[in-house]
Amino acid sequence: MPKRTALYDIHRALGARMIEFGGWEMPVQYRGILAEHQTVRTKAGLFDLSHMGEIEVSGPRALEVCQELLVTDVARIHLGQAQYSVLCYPDGGIVDDIIVYHLAEQHYFLCVNASNIEKDFAWLADHNHGRATLLNRSDEYALIAVQGPVASALVQRLTTLDLGRLRRYWSVSGEIAGVPALVARTGYTGEDGFELFVSAQQVAEVWNACLDAGRAGEVAPIGLGARDTLRLEAGYLLYGNDIDAQTTPLEAGLQRLVKFDKGEFVSRDALLQQHTAGITKQLIGLIMDAPGIPRHGYELYADGQHIGVVTSGTQAPSLGVGIAMGYVPSRYAKEGTQLTVNIRERHVPAHVVARPFYRRS
Amino acid sequence: MEIPKELRYSEEHEWAAVDDNIATIGITDYAQEQLGDVVYIELPETGTPVTKGDKFGVVESVKAVSDIYSPLTGTVVTVNTGLPNTPETINEEPYGDGWMIRVEMSDPEELNDLMTAAEYKKFIEEAEEE
Repeated sequence: MPKRTALYDIHRALGARMIEFGGWEMPVQYRGILAEHQTVRTKAGLFDLSHMGEIEVSGPRALEVCQELLVTDVARIHLGQAQYSVLCYPDGGIVDDIIVYHLAEQHYFLCVNASNIEKDFAWLADHNHGRATLLNRSDEYALIAVQGPVASALVQRLTTLDLGRLRRYWSVSGEIAGVPALVARTGYTGEDGFELFVSAQQVAEVWNACLDAGRAGEVAPIGLGARDTLRLEAGYLLYGNDIDAQTTPLEAGLQRLVKFDKGEFVSRDALLQQHTAGITKQLIGLIMDAPGIPRHGYELYADGQHIGVVTSGTQAPSLGVGIAMGYVPSRYAKEGTQLTVNIRERHVPAHVVARPFYRRS
Repeated sequence: MEIPKELRYSEEHEWAAVDDNIATIGITDYAQEQLGDVVYIELPETGTPVTKGDKFGVVESVKAVSDIYSPLTGTVVTVNTGLPNTPETINEEPYGDGWMIRVEMSDPEELNDLMTAAEYKKFIEEAEEE
């Protein structure tokens, strides 16, 4: 029996088509993926992300525990700031990609992927050794994202917080539509926007207030279908597709996250070894040079040989061309390298590009 | 949900419009709605033989790849060559400009195996109940 967020009935009333995702019944689309994608790129979209997880690490040794388990330098996160990071296994494989918020002294707030909540919490608990206080608050929290060029104006109508002073990857606590919220200027779409962490009890109020605050056609609900096309265009990774326990952050293009100099952390030895020896496979972005849509699992070819596989792919709505990410041997990872994608036994030409595929103007 | 009365329908949600021994073929309103936004279509070339029940093309929505099956046997005599450039036409006009191929039928008796509009309507309703 899949779980439902507090907004389930509202999604149904809005005409959402629901699918099962990571054990949750979530809206995949309302009006249609292309229209919803376009709305986020040109106006504002509202996303129910309540299925995601929220884990708190607090106490005098909270920083110590976070430093040990995250590859990034957590000590550099200012109060109020946030950081994209990964948790790694000792061999360098990725446990999850997360965003960590430094909410208060001795208080870190981790937003984790819905499919990894139990796994991440167990990983933290197994390595804690009684040092920090760990709380899995995923069921208490709901999460709404408001993303798009109009998001800032829209959310500003609902709060006295000065959103103009909130920079990207910073957060602030306040009220949205009179409801207490942690307001983070973060997102997964490549547009400006916010992620609003509120109590599950009050999320419907905030959702409805956001929809009502939009002037004609300014805001619309957005499903997981468009969430995926938006993030892929923006070059963001999806755990389970682009990264997993068999990929390291160095291979996935996340080498800038790994701070070898900060001190000891789980996976440091394995990653340092890989860094020294050089990575053998690498995550690349590719754009199709002819009609055809690259999809997860499709084979990549070069020099007449099967050299890799697509991990995520789609027809990019904002670009009008197929785009994908996949792993190839490092010698094929240079920008401009010609490859082919095997689409139903036809080898369709593509070439390697740097990510993101789309940048907001 | 549009189900034009003059057409015939297959269980794979294709429609056929018959004029003499030429059948125009496309996918139904129900099919395009189930698929979602169509972003890609692959059609055969003229002269290609098609067989009832066999795949003749591929339609892709954002999330999924779907085979298209021919409801009739014959030879492709015309292809809607403009369609691959505007795949969204399949969503907008599944029975009009969203038509896919025209087939010269080799066995018009096969039309009797297809459903009428009333039968197709019932077929969809039963499928929805599952």
